[in-house]
Amino acid sequence: MAVSATLAAIAVLLGTAALAIAVHRRPSATALIYGICLAVSLLLLALAGTSLLGRQPAQHLTLPIGLPWLGARFRIDALTAFFQIVINLGAAAASLYALGYGRHEEAPGRVLPFYPVFLAGMNLVLVADDAFTFLVAWEFMSLSSWALVLAHHHDRENARAGYIYILMASFGTFALLLAFGLLAGPSGQYAFGDIRGMTHAGWLEGLVLVLALVGAGSKAGLVPLHVWLPLAHPAAPSHVSALMSGVMTKVAIYGFIRIVFDLLGPPSWWWSLPVLGLASATAVLGVLYALMQRDLKRLLAYSTVENVGIVFIGLGLALAFMANNMAGPAALAFTAALFHAFNHSLFKSLMFFGAGAVLTATGARDIEKLGGLILRMPQTAFVFLGGVLAISALPPLNGFVSEWLMFQAVLLSPDLPQWGLKLSVPAVGAMLALAAALSAACFVRAFGIAFLGRPRTPEAAEAAEVDTASRASMFVLLALCLIAGVLPGLLIDAIAPTVAGQIGQSMPAQSTIPGWSIVPIAESRSSYNGLLVFIFITVSTLVAIQFIHRFASDALRRAPAWDCGFPNSDPATQYTADSFAQPVRRVFGENVLMARDTVDMPPPGDPRPARLTVTVRDPIWEVAYAPLSSFISYAAEQLNHLQFLTIRRYLSLVFAALIILLLGVAIWS
Amino acid sequence: MVLILDLAVQGVQMLAVLALAPLLLGFTRKVKARLLRRQGPPLLQPYRDLLRLSRKEVVLAENASWLFRSAPYMIFAATWVAAALVPTFATGLHFSWTADLIAIAALLGSARVFLALVGMDVGTSFGGIGSSREMMFASLAEPAMIMIVFVVALIAGSTQLSHIAIFRQEHASLRVSLGLALVALVIVALAENARIPVDNPATHLELTMVHEAMVLEYSGRHLAVIELAAALKLLLYVSLVGCIFFPWGIASGEPSPAAYALGAVTYLAKLAAGGFLLVAFETSIAKMRVFRVPEFLGAALMLGLLGTLLLFVSRTF
Repeated sequence: MAVSATLAAIAVLLGTAALAIAVHRRPSATALIYGICLAVSLLLLALAGTSLLGRQPAQHLTLPIGLPWLGARFRIDALTAFFQIVINLGAAAASLYALGYGRHEEAPGRVLPFYPVFLAGMNLVLVADDAFTFLVAWEFMSLSSWALVLAHHHDRENARAGYIYILMASFGTFALLLAFGLLAGPSGQYAFGDIRGMTHAGWLEGLVLVLALVGAGSKAGLVPLHVWLPLAHPAAPSHVSALMSGVMTKVAIYGFIRIVFDLLGPPSWWWSLPVLGLASATAVLGVLYALMQRDLKRLLAYSTVENVGIVFIGLGLALAFMANNMAGPAALAFTAALFHAFNHSLFKSLMFFGAGAVLTATGARDIEKLGGLILRMPQTAFVFLGGVLAISALPPLNGFVSEWLMFQAVLLSPDLPQWGLKLSVPAVGAMLALAAALSAACFVRAFGIAFLGRPRTPEAAEAAEVDTASRASMFVLLALCLIAGVLPGLLIDAIAPTVAGQIGQSMPAQSTIPGWSIVPIAESRSSYNGLLVFIFITVSTLVAIQFIHRFASDALRRAPAWDCGFPNSDPATQYTADSFAQPVRRVFGENVLMARDTVDMPPPGDPRPARLTVTVRDPIWEVAYAPLSSFISYAAEQLNHLQFLTIRRYLSLVFAALIILLLGVAIWS
Repeated sequence: MVLILDLAVQGVQMLAVLALAPLLLGFTRKVKARLLRRQGPPLLQPYRDLLRLSRKEVVLAENASWLFRSAPYMIFAATWVAAALVPTFATGLHFSWTADLIAIAALLGSARVFLALVGMDVGTSFGGIGSSREMMFASLAEPAMIMIVFVVALIAGSTQLSHIAIFRQEHASLRVSLGLALVALVIVALAENARIPVDNPATHLELTMVHEAMVLEYSGRHLAVIELAAALKLLLYVSLVGCIFFPWGIASGEPSPAAYALGAVTYLAKLAAGGFLLVAFETSIAKMRVFRVPEFLGAALMLGLLGTLLLFVSRTF
């Protein structure tokens, strides 16, 4: 029932895409299409919510399409239902936002048809229950998002982003294809149910793990496969950027969990090592890159890389605990990972919407061209500030809860017997803490330069608050961030079936604990009560305000800024984004990012202006991708000759190929 | 009855930290002056400063936003809540299970983020320089703090401060990892409280300011609230060192007036000792260049990581 309803909703989304092609020229098309998408997303959200909260058993459905002997199999279990909630919540928020934001679109015909297809593709990946359907849906999702990335294709950078994205997406799908091929075995059992029942050789499991890391990791943005993400995510229209960053990366995480936790069978302890290593590198590098960016949307995309790293840290810890039969800690780590995935989908969507609002109001994505928006766009500034606090893992918002759970999981890891894990997990904990602290610095910088201070351009000085639908969407997301932060026990209990489905055990029930605290293991060990912290802070703030206004002077005078007696009205005298990042660049960036500041100071008497040039390079791009890309260009150039041969030579080539293949077959058998 | 007593202890603690914080600041200033062979301001001078500031009118920059006006209260509230959760004279704080040590560190992080943001609100270059440097320090101090929490939590088997204090009272032992954590925590505390050698609380040279540069645009009651929050933070860190590393005297177990009195006396003694040692250290060292500070804080991070690693290797270290 739930499966067929979900598939029907997906079919409606596909129908909406067809409708969009027909009506995209009409002025009302934007409202119509996004309205339908909003309604369908809410319906899918409700379906997934009832199946997760109602703790319904897994449901199957097989349709006679796809591979003839297999059919297209679909299944909704607790894991699917959880990710459906994440995706459709984000999709509903994005559709609501787009009701307002989408009206500014110059070429709606390039966005409207692909948007519902993108939503349908992501939902289809989640319900797929055989490798063929999964891969088709995955490609569907990739291609529709690629089309959306190229919505503004006249921009050269966007064209390049689209090109790199399609390359990486194909590469990732290829890795997944191989992974499923290995899982299915020589008899070609592509249904997930059959794969679950099989046992695989050790080396084969390792190979599948690597392929899953490459395939799903490249979609999620794991270092070193992240290079496409900060190019492609910002290139799309903002509500699509929010979907790609906040939601599509979660589909990739789902793919990883489905393959490694569900299909691959009981883990070995060493599986966690590559996952933890890549994940912690991803977390720290992602946020360091983010700190160096001036483009607001690209900064957010790099921050997505960081958060994906944090989720994978949780998954890696869960693998380590599972391999050692420590189901309780594994459940804690897995819950932390899912909780963070959920949180990230909320606050990252919120911040991309904020960036979109700024883009609409000022036409600028470069934060050095903004400033002082808090006075012109107070509501957007307020919600963006909420997002900043949530993503910087500060209580009482939701980002803190998931990182807190993650730290509690790290604190349980000295019981792991393997030395490799004993020595690496503390370092992972340190990287996690470092990433959290750097992310606070990153977002103080982003908010401080874009929203605070004085306007740096006339456009920023004349910005106006955005439309109601956009603001409503952002406020809804902020409210969800607060609820998830204040009442985390509800969420932990809601995802308990998902955790139990993969780990075999879930965290202790939290809703029975008095006072809405969360207690991961035992109260004597650790507990956190977001509600009380929130009430405490609110009450203390109000008490302080009341006290001060009662007993202190109420007098207030507006005057020019003090600035130590030498205020300068030129906005160029403010701190800039690059200058704000300079200390961090100098401390962390010189080695990691090869950041260099060069000063060109003309001698006295020379009227040339002095120049400070900052270069930040991506070492991974230069070490891994640039040589590869130049090799491919070289090879293509060399092989180009093959296009201009005579017919005689082509025939001899075909003949030679045939001989070689036949020889190969003869030797093989 | 027990609930009322617990609530009373919690209430007394919240008011006590508020009342004592300026005194600790006055004490450190006095001792510092005496060590430099100056007379120094009276012990109660910080109270008078706060009173005077709260009576003055606020001069607000023309383009200051709502964030600028509300942030002092939020900074104060976050710091106060954090300070209220660190056991001072008794462990049975009613709300101690609300937030553990990680959450306390994160609450201070919230206060810092607001402070760094308001430093940039008016759009002056000094505010920006302060915020930028503060966040750079924080990017090392916060992970160092988390590593210290790891060390303590792995030893005591808990991240709740009350449990840590009771555990340390019952299992007093010298451990290598605790020694490393103590050194690291002192370094973090120096940086977090903008003390020499990281920052100079008495500086008048703008280019060397970090904390002072961020609050340069504040005046009147707003400045009073921020100054009080800064004093609270200093008290919090001294209490934290006392509670984790020298928990003796803190009233735990069966509540009795004698135990509370003993707790209060030892707490005051710890504050005095902490304040004195802080100042003695400050007077014996020069302020560092800004880019020496990352190495200083990096040492704290490495010490914390080393302590954690030792405990991962064996719980007996």
